[in-house]
Amino acid sequence: MWDYSEKVKEHFFDPRNAGAVDDANAVGDVGSLSCGDALRLTLKVDPDTETILDAGFQTFGCGSAIASSSALTEIIKGMHIDDALKVSNQDIADYLDGLPPEKMHCSVMGREALQAAVANYRGEEWSDDHEEGALICKCFAIDAVMIEETIRANNLRTVEEVTNYTKAGGGCSSCHEGIEEILTAVLAERGESFDPNAVAAEIKKPTSGLTNLQRMRRIEELLEEIRPNLQRDHGDVELIEVDGKYVYVKMTGACAGCQMAATTLGGIQQHLAEGLGEFIQVLPHEELARRAAGA
Amino acid sequence: MTSGIYLDNNATTMVDAAVVEAMLPYFTEQFGNPSSMHQFGDKVGRALKKARKQVQSLLGAEHDSEIIFTSCGTESDSTAILSALKAQPERREIITTVVEHPAVLTLCEQLEKDGYTVHYLKVDNKGRLDMQAYQRLLSDKVAVVSVMWANNESGTLFPVEEMAEMARSAGVMFHTDAVQAVGKLPINLKDTSIDMLSLSGHKLHAPKGIGVLYLRRGVRFRPLLRGGHQERGRRAGTENAASIVALGKACEMAHEAMDFEKTFVKSMRDRLEQGILERVPHCFVTGDPGNRLPNTCNIAFEYIEGEAILLLLNKMGIAASSGSACTSGSLEPSHVMRAMDIPYTAAHGSVRFSFSRYNTMEEVERVIEAVPPIVEQLRKLSPYWADGGPVEEPEKAFAPTYA
Repeated sequence: MWDYSEKVKEHFFDPRNAGAVDDANAVGDVGSLSCGDALRLTLKVDPDTETILDAGFQTFGCGSAIASSSALTEIIKGMHIDDALKVSNQDIADYLDGLPPEKMHCSVMGREALQAAVANYRGEEWSDDHEEGALICKCFAIDAVMIEETIRANNLRTVEEVTNYTKAGGGCSSCHEGIEEILTAVLAERGESFDPNAVAAEIKKPTSGLTNLQRMRRIEELLEEIRPNLQRDHGDVELIEVDGKYVYVKMTGACAGCQMAATTLGGIQQHLAEGLGEFIQVLPHEELARRAAGA
Repeated sequence: MTSGIYLDNNATTMVDAAVVEAMLPYFTEQFGNPSSMHQFGDKVGRALKKARKQVQSLLGAEHDSEIIFTSCGTESDSTAILSALKAQPERREIITTVVEHPAVLTLCEQLEKDGYTVHYLKVDNKGRLDMQAYQRLLSDKVAVVSVMWANNESGTLFPVEEMAEMARSAGVMFHTDAVQAVGKLPINLKDTSIDMLSLSGHKLHAPKGIGVLYLRRGVRFRPLLRGGHQERGRRAGTENAASIVALGKACEMAHEAMDFEKTFVKSMRDRLEQGILERVPHCFVTGDPGNRLPNTCNIAFEYIEGEAILLLLNKMGIAASSGSACTSGSLEPSHVMRAMDIPYTAAHGSVRFSFSRYNTMEEVERVIEAVPPIVEQLRKLSPYWADGGPVEEPEKAFAPTYA
């Protein structure tokens, strides 16, 4: 049996806002291929204030899919649609006192339904831009696609490097065999073979020679440079914290919740690293809370 | 016994009180090592001998030395398949089916990575194999055929006796994972061409952590675990004496109850199935209803999801299981349901009810009452359902964007 929180059970056994909203003017239909769950979110949005007056869900899915749909509708009712779009997967999971890592996709689905519904309201076409792979690291809920793309984007060669970049394998280490298999497959694409004895590339300490304040300002400038690219895709990025070589950012708009934000983060990371002239790692802001909790 | 209705006996079973009673002395007064010379070991050795006979009798094996005690069904499966490969290094192919238990499938996937060729026999929409396709694959390149006797999810039976004959004619070793079949169906191995068979104690009211590999006399064998001389050197490691005694007792009881399985257990299953199909619209039995275990029924409830059904059943004290993605721990929907090409709106709502001889007709009636409102409640939440029935052309009316 899954380890569901009391809150998840409560929202499953007694779901709020179940069913379609009458005279809805925003509808979002999304599903997750990896598990076959699907969700329809209907909203009634006040055209003058753009406030969500009512929200309803219909879900074909498991206990936590139903619970996170229920939670999402509770969270967004009464919100301005722009604020609603800022609700993250973690917000939904937090509202439910957490979800098992295997079940995080359930809250992803809720968020995506919201994006689709808002796009529908605005007369836009919404398309999903990430794919989900098989869950590899259960400790940190990292899937195979995320690991593959991170390996490709950063030329990773060892399990340790994969852990440094994605956190996958940084917990109980049971998934190291799986990570080695992914490394073997991805390295084979570029004609290399996986060497279990390879030493992880050393992560250099900050060497930019700037003061902390100068460095932070420089990071902000560099983010400004990259911002128009993100906004063109209806997304945005916000700087949350700089801690040594770690730069924590919050992806917003269309970027938020996109589990493949890793690719985008990779691009931002490259831009910052080049601009600062030092190795830095860009991480989603959820990491900050997790690391604080874990450390 | 805990209250509640337990209809998940294909997952595991209650250890019978008589079985517990039989095994308890082997923790305390009969604690000796059966290999020891002294009296403490001797009595345990005799008890193991008796247990071996009891297992032999249930399986209809010709010799008691054909029974090798292992730790579980998975160990038996791995031992059988890896032994066949090791004993015949020139043979690099394996034949199995797409609907095997992970104990066989995951091993086969690993063997593919190690360079072996694995042929996976497909099934039709009732879970049946194509025997001609099987015949075509048999060759002197094949080290072993491994085919389950009964499917754990649908209960569908494979014609393993016939398949073993065909393998023998082609000079190929035949193994069957019979963990779901032993104790539920009469088995008489000496009249078959089956070379190896796996069974698991906890599926037939013995404890968890004990299994058997049946190895026909004369079949070439290479042990998985080497070490001491236990099990005639074919499975090293000090015997799990108490559990072996328990398994022997459980096999004896299963043998005695065989007719009961075929009659009363089957009638409970049939009553449940009929009761649910009558009361719940848009559901159907998966697998091959005319050719399956007497204790298993698998019903697909369309347009809703299995885990949600199980959670609501559990709230009412009813235990069953599901082929839905979300109950597997892997998020992958059941490979058995997918292999039978069940539409995903139904496969996700498949629920398995599996009986044992300890269930009662009164429990069956309670489950028949409980299921319809649960299905109705979940369908009200489903985007495929509106106004008391499935939406027209459900796959079109609700066509979500998939990630």
